[in-house]
Amino acid sequence: MKAKSPDALKQFLINQVLLDPNRLENERLEKELSYISRERVNNPIIYVGMGTCGLIAGAGKTFKAIQEYIDDHGIDIELIKGGCIGLCSAEPIVDIQLPGKSRISFGNVKQDKVQYLLDEILNHNIPDLQTIGQYKNDISQPWEGINPIFDHSFFSGQQRVLLDNCGLIDPVSVEQYIARGGYWAFADTISSLTPKGVCQLIEESELSGRGGGGYSTGKKWANTLKTFSDQKFLVCNAVESDPGSYMNRVIIESNPHRLIEAVIIAAYAIGATKSFIFIRQEFKLAIERLEKAIENARGYGLLGHHIFDSGVNIDIIVKRGARAFVCGEETALNNSIEGKRAMPESKPPYPSEKGLWNKPTIVNNVETLFNIPLILKNGPDWFKKTGTDNSKGTKLFTLSGKVKNYGTIEVPMGTTFRDIVWKIGGGTSGKQKFKAVILGINSGNYITKKNLDNRIDYEELKSIGTSLGSGGFVVIDESTCMVDLAKYFTNFFKNESCGKCIPCREGTARLLEIMEVVTQRPGKNNHFQSLERFKGVMQLRSLANVMRDTSLCALGKSAPNAILNTLNNFKEEFDAHIFERKCPANVCRDLRVFSIDVDLCTGCTACYKKCPVDAIIGSARHPHFIVEEKCIGCGLCYDACKFNAVLIQ
Amino acid sequence: MPPSIDSILERFPNKQREDLIPMLQEIQDEFGFLSEEIINHVGAYLSISVNKIYGVATFYDNFRFGPTGRFHIRLCHGTACHVAGASTFIQELEKQLKIKSGETDKEGLFSLEVVSCVGACGLAPIIEINGEYFTQLTSEKLNDILQSFRIKDQDIYES
Ligand code: SF4
Ligand code: SF4
Ligand code: SF4
Ligand code: FES
Repeated sequence: MKAKSPDALKQFLINQVLLDPNRLENERLEKELSYISRERVNNPIIYVGMGTCGLIAGAGKTFKAIQEYIDDHGIDIELIKGGCIGLCSAEPIVDIQLPGKSRISFGNVKQDKVQYLLDEILNHNIPDLQTIGQYKNDISQPWEGINPIFDHSFFSGQQRVLLDNCGLIDPVSVEQYIARGGYWAFADTISSLTPKGVCQLIEESELSGRGGGGYSTGKKWANTLKTFSDQKFLVCNAVESDPGSYMNRVIIESNPHRLIEAVIIAAYAIGATKSFIFIRQEFKLAIERLEKAIENARGYGLLGHHIFDSGVNIDIIVKRGARAFVCGEETALNNSIEGKRAMPESKPPYPSEKGLWNKPTIVNNVETLFNIPLILKNGPDWFKKTGTDNSKGTKLFTLSGKVKNYGTIEVPMGTTFRDIVWKIGGGTSGKQKFKAVILGINSGNYITKKNLDNRIDYEELKSIGTSLGSGGFVVIDESTCMVDLAKYFTNFFKNESCGKCIPCREGTARLLEIMEVVTQRPGKNNHFQSLERFKGVMQLRSLANVMRDTSLCALGKSAPNAILNTLNNFKEEFDAHIFERKCPANVCRDLRVFSIDVDLCTGCTACYKKCPVDAIIGSARHPHFIVEEKCIGCGLCYDACKFNAVLIQ
Repeated sequence: MPPSIDSILERFPNKQREDLIPMLQEIQDEFGFLSEEIINHVGAYLSISVNKIYGVATFYDNFRFGPTGRFHIRLCHGTACHVAGASTFIQELEKQLKIKSGETDKEGLFSLEVVSCVGACGLAPIIEINGEYFTQLTSEKLNDILQSFRIKDQDIYES
């Protein structure tokens, strides 16, 4: 195929693809699109996975090394900054596609491996590096001896619908997105469906909000559509401030056009002309790509006034959040957009009736929205085919912690936790045994050994007293202290409480106090400590109940969850801290007292050199000792001493 | 008042309340922090009382009211990093640099900020210094890293 000029390409994609409902009947078209989408190539093409996780792992340097190689050799190679396929444990990932050959993916390509990789692969040899797999299809010749990428254990347990384009395309290219079926749903929607029709289809699909609420998206939209108002707003919540979950950021970085398409469809469905994507300021790369993609989409007339002569006007404004965890609450988020402090408001009135500037406003989470174009393109029945009786579709998670394969994954609803940890995650990575899964911070709930065979399903999770949470999926093993973890969560909530209502503001502070005494060495400077500990522990449950019943928003209501869960599931650990003043996992630093056995110490000074805070005193060949007040309990001296002279109590 | 403040303000001709946060963000991007002078200026421009601006700006964690050090350390304390031992590093840094999170040391060399999840949980624990990431941190690595930045700083001054 001859390359088209940018303008001709644009006209072609708009008139023969987007605006032609019979596009699929044209056989020649398929071939042309496969060139535009880069499924077929005339020249070699290289993708470097450059999501944030890839960049942190060194993808930027790899990219530079490849660029230099190309320049030095003067070869015609298209080099693309790609997105993230999700397998973060293999970053940096480099994909290579030679004309006529199927695309092949290599993992752990640090900059020093670039030369060897390219020397070999450009001569059609497979280098001796980590191959993740190849993308088999009917139009290209496969590499011998290389497995299809989706047979890799990390991918084979997944069902990748929302992640379909991630890592595969140039994220900001509107051409590639359209050539792969993008914006088709939007173009068809505004030409053939009424807003009411869209709401009905979404309701029929049984899609429910992925942000935590689990409420029917179609119903929510339909209510707002019915509300009469001169102006309505659509807000996409891309704050994702829950530590340990970042899948929304990954999908925005890797496929921003899908979000844009979803936002404009949603805005159309509820009758909004203005939409906001509210995104955390720290997500610099996601913002950069989103803005670039918006600009590219605007160039195609997909945004703005009178889109494709349909009379539809929709605009998107990207708003950077200034960081406040509570912005996850929709009323707080709306306040922040209006330029106020992000304090939650009591509901009702719900934002769907009175939201931004008192106008009806729908707030949808990124993952929920990502489903929209797919449902419209493939129909609600297609969507309902995946999942369980009461939870349809797929769910994204950020898999991390003590597992071998980590990254962003997508599984059908109904998958068991055991399958995620062992099949996809490849099991625990350390020497210690599996202990639990932390499912998002805001649910504060753990999946323990006894719940591993439970399925991911709204009802089933409710029945075991937990919820899906935000999508963080952190696997922990025996080396984690659950009491310390509960303290960490509590500290987080205390810092993030907006302070508007007393039960949350005072409650989180009191909870933290209790957790601090529980994990402190007794008798430090407080004679009443034992009493305090018992009093605190006795009060925990009633305090938790008060917070649950009287806090204004979900933050205060869920703040005590982590502690209650630890009491319910890991009571022995709590008891050990309270009664024996011991931390079984040896994590709570304050309960570890380090000392040096003068008889065993040879004065080798190894510990002295390691101590980060100069808490060890001594001179060479004389016994050393530890100044307790200075010691932060890091344990480095313990690891350093070859003579077992450092003791932990 | 440097002229570029006005050029940032000019980007918000409507002078609405909703412009406040983006305006402060752009100013901070440019100048590194929000000085009293700047806040007064913004207040006059948007006709919002200075108290209200402080009320908003202090609510959000991103805004700073003093300069950062030449090397700005961001230590991740998200769930995965915590489980991997990040709190030890907070303590170590606070002791070594003799500052608390959110502060800058006396020489203006290092400033420390504790952030939640930078989004590469698999490589935890993580710190970022002036845009450069250091992953799978250990105490030893941390010491070497700080040392390398101290040396870098000397080089800047000697050259
Ligand atoms: S529960 Fe906490 S975060 Fe929510 S409104 Fe009350 S004080 Fe603010
Ligand atoms: S535990 Fe850490 S801080 Fe304490 S003496 Fe040993 S090395 Fe120093
Ligand atoms: S490392 Fe062990 S033997 Fe050597 S000085 Fe320290 S305590 Fe003594
Ligand atoms: S918790 Fe530190 S990177 Fe996610």
